[in-house]
Amino acid sequence: MLALLGQRLVQLVPTLFFVSVIIFGLQQLLPGDPALAMAGEDKDPEVIAQIRARYHLDQPIPVQYLFWIKGVLSGDLGQSIRLNVPVLDLIAQKLPVTLQLATMAMLIALAIGVTAGVVSAVAKGTWVDYLVSVVSLVGISTPNFWLGIMLIFVFAVSLGWLPASGYVSPFEDPWQSLATTIMPAFVLGNAIAGILMRHTRGAMLQALSSDYVRTARAKGLPGRVVVLRHAMRNALTPIITLGALEFGTLLSGAVLTEQIFTIPGFGKLIVDAVFNRDYAVVQGVVLVTATSYIALNLLADIGYVLANPRLRT
Amino acid sequence: MSGAGGDLLATGTRSAPRTPGGQAWARLRTRHSAMAGLAVILLVAAAAVLAPYVAPYDPTAQSWSAVRKPPTGAHPFGTDEVGRDILARIIYGARASMAAGLVSVAIAIGIGVPLGLLAGYLGGFVDGLISRLTDAMLACPFLILAIALAAFLGPSLTNAMIAIGITATPIFIRLTRGQVLTVKAELYIEAARAVGIRNWRIAVEHVLPNVLPQLLVQASLTVATAIIAEASLSFLGLGQQPPAPSWGAMLNTAQRFLTNAPWMAIFPGLAIFVTVLSFNLLGDGLRDALDPRAK
Repeated sequence: MLALLGQRLVQLVPTLFFVSVIIFGLQQLLPGDPALAMAGEDKDPEVIAQIRARYHLDQPIPVQYLFWIKGVLSGDLGQSIRLNVPVLDLIAQKLPVTLQLATMAMLIALAIGVTAGVVSAVAKGTWVDYLVSVVSLVGISTPNFWLGIMLIFVFAVSLGWLPASGYVSPFEDPWQSLATTIMPAFVLGNAIAGILMRHTRGAMLQALSSDYVRTARAKGLPGRVVVLRHAMRNALTPIITLGALEFGTLLSGAVLTEQIFTIPGFGKLIVDAVFNRDYAVVQGVVLVTATSYIALNLLADIGYVLANPRLRT
Repeated sequence: MSGAGGDLLATGTRSAPRTPGGQAWARLRTRHSAMAGLAVILLVAAAAVLAPYVAPYDPTAQSWSAVRKPPTGAHPFGTDEVGRDILARIIYGARASMAAGLVSVAIAIGIGVPLGLLAGYLGGFVDGLISRLTDAMLACPFLILAIALAAFLGPSLTNAMIAIGITATPIFIRLTRGQVLTVKAELYIEAARAVGIRNWRIAVEHVLPNVLPQLLVQASLTVATAIIAEASLSFLGLGQQPPAPSWGAMLNTAQRFLTNAPWMAIFPGLAIFVTVLSFNLLGDGLRDALDPRAK
């Protein structure tokens, strides 16, 4: 187990290196003088000189990279030009909001996706199976931001049941927090529910045709017990792993969802940064999302091995 | 690849097509959902190409006497905040969406397939380098990377297409590499190598045709993702620039008029949904038709 962990960690080094190169490389895409572009609207020569000095723009690109990566490794992701605060502080401030949203979305996705997947596998070939497949495909094909706008139209504008936008922290008012986040969480969970449903169905069909399920049935166990205790337990292991990997999809989705519901999270941070040409923030957000994705990937791998005794050597 | 699923067709009453492509097409034709998807895609593509002839109005013509009118006979999808016909804008908007879907996937295939062939075929250091770069790109969430790229490149439809294309590239590198590794071990490749055919010729003439079916499936599914990505970027103001119509930008404007002009949001969203659904249906159908074992 430890050897596997070590092997995976060693493999991560080049991946992380390339992630850093890609994110640093974004800066090189800026047309013209990067210092001018990074200064945004502010064309004050002093600010431009500060940027030039801060990012060592007068040095060759590999040297600039070394300075940048040294900063990143010591927790310095740069400074937000618009807000004049360290990028890391901004991210730390916004991340909990998105994590709350992502966790709710994942719970919704698991509840809908896994239930629908299991039902559809058990009822394979019937109209229920067909209906679940159609709903899943519709879910995958619906653009997040359109679903969000339509939900606002129905539940906020027409029925007046939920607030159209805004965010309240659960520590301030849990009920109001739920009211402000339930629609965006549903929007985010929707697409993943479709993917989870497809995979759960596949994994369940495989489990249901396996020898141990046949044995369980032959022993005379009731169908419900066979499905829930025997087949589902084995089919769900890869699904939990997949759930962890879909975290990236959640973060991508959060960008537009937070924009539509005006939720001050991670997604809104990158959009605001893009509009204000606050490039250090854009780079910081990409870096943190990519690193968390890689970390989750690693955790999912370890979880998979832990859940599969046969893989433990 | 050759003969894959040929036995399934042998039971047909009509004479079965002999080429793998013909067999796949025969199987695809029996899948109603995939054919419906294909029909809608062709319809949207035709609307995009023939927009000047089929659109009822000029998509940018404003009319202050027809501001935010609900759907009527004269304006079947209603009008927007400056009196422009929404149907005409959706028809012209199909150009941006289809172009973004197809061009960005072409970019992804153009870069991804050669790199995947190289990685899979050469192995060793080149494979390690390309594979780690692919892992790194896949670690960045799709839309976040596309937004970051589009932000640094500058807002325009062309840059949005480049950003989406680059972001979609690693999927094609990984797919091609995986297929090459499978095909490389086949006897006929060994035979080709044994008779002294050059590496690049083996890669292009023998390996590539075997990768094509999977590429086709992935391409149609990625077009769907790319259309949503373009709409997302345009929604954020990073894609098609006004006054040129795009479905995503139309939705962004519609958000402000949700209370008294919901049709402004309903129809562009439906256009994205139906087009994306059609590409997904076609992709699923193609997967079943091209690889019956993968069902």
